[in-house]
Amino acid sequence: MSATVGIPQALLYYKYYPLWEGFLKGLGAEVVTSNVTTKRVVNAGTAVAENELCLPVKIFFGHLIELKDKVDALFVPRVISVEKDTYTCPKFLGLPDLARAVDVKLPKILDPYFNIRLGRRRYYEAIFDFGKLFTSSKYKIWRAWQSGVRAQRLYQKKLLSGLSPLDILSGIEDAPSKGNIKIGVAGHPYNVHDPYINLNLIKKLKSWGAQVFTEEMIPHKVLDREAGKLPKRLFWSYEKEVVGAAFHWMQTKSVDGIIYILSFACGQDSLIQVLLETKAKKQSDVPLMSLVIDEHSGEAGLVTRVEAFIDMLRWRSIS
Amino acid sequence: MRVTTPHMGKLDRIFLDLFARTGIEYIAPPKTSARTLQLGVRYSPEFACLPLKVTIGNFIEALESGADTLLMAGGVGPCRFGYYAEIQKCVLEEAGYKFNMIVLEPPAAGWKLFIDTVKILAPGKSIYQIWQIIKVSFRKARIMDELEKYVLKYRAYEVNRGDTTKAYKKALDIIQPAMTNEEITQAAEEAFLILESVEKDMDRPVLKVGIVGEFFVLLEPFTNFDIEEYLGNMGVSLERSVYLTDWISPSSKNPVMGISDSEIAKAAKPYLNHFVGGEGLPSVGHTIIYAKEGLDGVIQLFPFTCMPDTIAKSILPQVSRDFDIPIISFVIDEQTGRAGIITRLEAFIDLLASRKKHKDRLQALGHGAHRRELARSGAAL
Repeated sequence: MSATVGIPQALLYYKYYPLWEGFLKGLGAEVVTSNVTTKRVVNAGTAVAENELCLPVKIFFGHLIELKDKVDALFVPRVISVEKDTYTCPKFLGLPDLARAVDVKLPKILDPYFNIRLGRRRYYEAIFDFGKLFTSSKYKIWRAWQSGVRAQRLYQKKLLSGLSPLDILSGIEDAPSKGNIKIGVAGHPYNVHDPYINLNLIKKLKSWGAQVFTEEMIPHKVLDREAGKLPKRLFWSYEKEVVGAAFHWMQTKSVDGIIYILSFACGQDSLIQVLLETKAKKQSDVPLMSLVIDEHSGEAGLVTRVEAFIDMLRWRSIS
Repeated sequence: MRVTTPHMGKLDRIFLDLFARTGIEYIAPPKTSARTLQLGVRYSPEFACLPLKVTIGNFIEALESGADTLLMAGGVGPCRFGYYAEIQKCVLEEAGYKFNMIVLEPPAAGWKLFIDTVKILAPGKSIYQIWQIIKVSFRKARIMDELEKYVLKYRAYEVNRGDTTKAYKKALDIIQPAMTNEEITQAAEEAFLILESVEKDMDRPVLKVGIVGEFFVLLEPFTNFDIEEYLGNMGVSLERSVYLTDWISPSSKNPVMGISDSEIAKAAKPYLNHFVGGEGLPSVGHTIIYAKEGLDGVIQLFPFTCMPDTIAKSILPQVSRDFDIPIISFVIDEQTGRAGIITRLEAFIDLLASRKKHKDRLQALGHGAHRRELARSGAAL
């Protein structure tokens, strides 16, 4: 099967795009991605989504709709688990089913399983099962997967060096930002790196003279170790990374302040917020501010709060 | 050690029985009330789901009435319920309360941890003794669930409104003091006899409705505004997707509710092909099974921001269309008012009644003899 496959620029795109692109291209598919999130995307997504879903999932639907007339199939993997004994978000467990339930006619949805909980063998079996849709040659599937893995490794190396996902994926390789105040931005990558969702927060921070740090710049081992300091280990991988990053910054005091972006109605974020705020209040000198965002967030409110936060940090560093 | 647990339907009755057997003092929190919710909301994270807020309120009120040890269930995900004990501990300590917390992690998190925790709750008992205690206590709990199932199904048929509810309370009180296996058997017979002897009109036309959704909101009458009793009094016979012991027990056969996990997953498969934590998959699976059984409608209840049931809600419109069954979803949080729920519920029941009337009439056109009788029964609804 040779086909055009669409990858929506939302949710796990920011984490795994090079892997998926490399894999699909290796299988002989043509890969098309949607463009950055715009008002039209958000409106299209919120119009079809269940009211109670979080903004990132609504936006994901918007990207599916953007892609639907341009591709033969949509790539919506079911990412169940990427680490031993953990899950991803429940919504990712049901994402292909959610996509199929959207009340718009969509092209075929390709939903390979990624579930490391069942062991490596089953994990790779699922990959081969998916590859068979494109080619009968096991060798070709394996080569395709490996080229994806290589691209992913390179991507993660660049992320560690301080480049942002969208810059890497669009080929801009600027030097990491410099600034006289250091801000750690914690939160899910699809909230931190989608400029529409967070009302362009990262760029604003940079223009106000801040050097921005994100979880991707911290080695995974460190994130894991820091998150492991919780009394009960978290059973969600991506939230472990968010907590790990924030704890790391608090521990090393390598940033002047932390901004934590969370989406309204996010199940995990509602609890992580308690863990981070309690730790920041009790055991840390690093101030933390939580920013809750949804489709109704206004720019003026955000700017006022973030500016006040930065002023406070600057004043702290002087005194 | 004075142990307490949050309220969830008849859960306090089960723990009262268990702790009487293990010899630990148990204090049930005051009945969940508006004050409970208010206290819980004050200390809970904003968009955590209602169960967290209510249970935090329960714990505060239990501490006020003299408990010193909080017992809470743990979990291994992906539903956030599994992490609630940690959050409760965190916010209650922040609020200045002094207490011990015991978290009963499921065996999936490790048998050793599970057994160690159980041993704290049953001091001086061997594993064999504990197993015997759990077995007999659980049998009793299951009988209570069977009674509840009977009540949900037959309340609609009672001749004098309120008789079933009264009989149910009496039946539970007969079961409660039974300790040995023989006593339980005898009490169960008596209890069922009380329910069966409630005067019923089995020829009365009733609507049959299934209730699905998140377990806490389904099982705790305070959070669902006791709509089961309300519906029963309206003349609606109910089937529910989860009972307390089905939820607690490690068995996947669900003896009380009667549908196994694998049947549920199989039914849901075309629409939801993987579990998503909580009751996401069961909500979809049960709705389909209820539709196939020919129920007149399905009511879904879950707390606002509940991840698994939000997924189910997104998928249920498809099921409704494909199986031609009306479904209504109620999303509940601390702002939800009873009047709003009741208005929507009544409209939904009216819709079901007129659908049924219409269906029956169409059927009657083929069977002329039944026509008059069916028309009369429709009017009675």
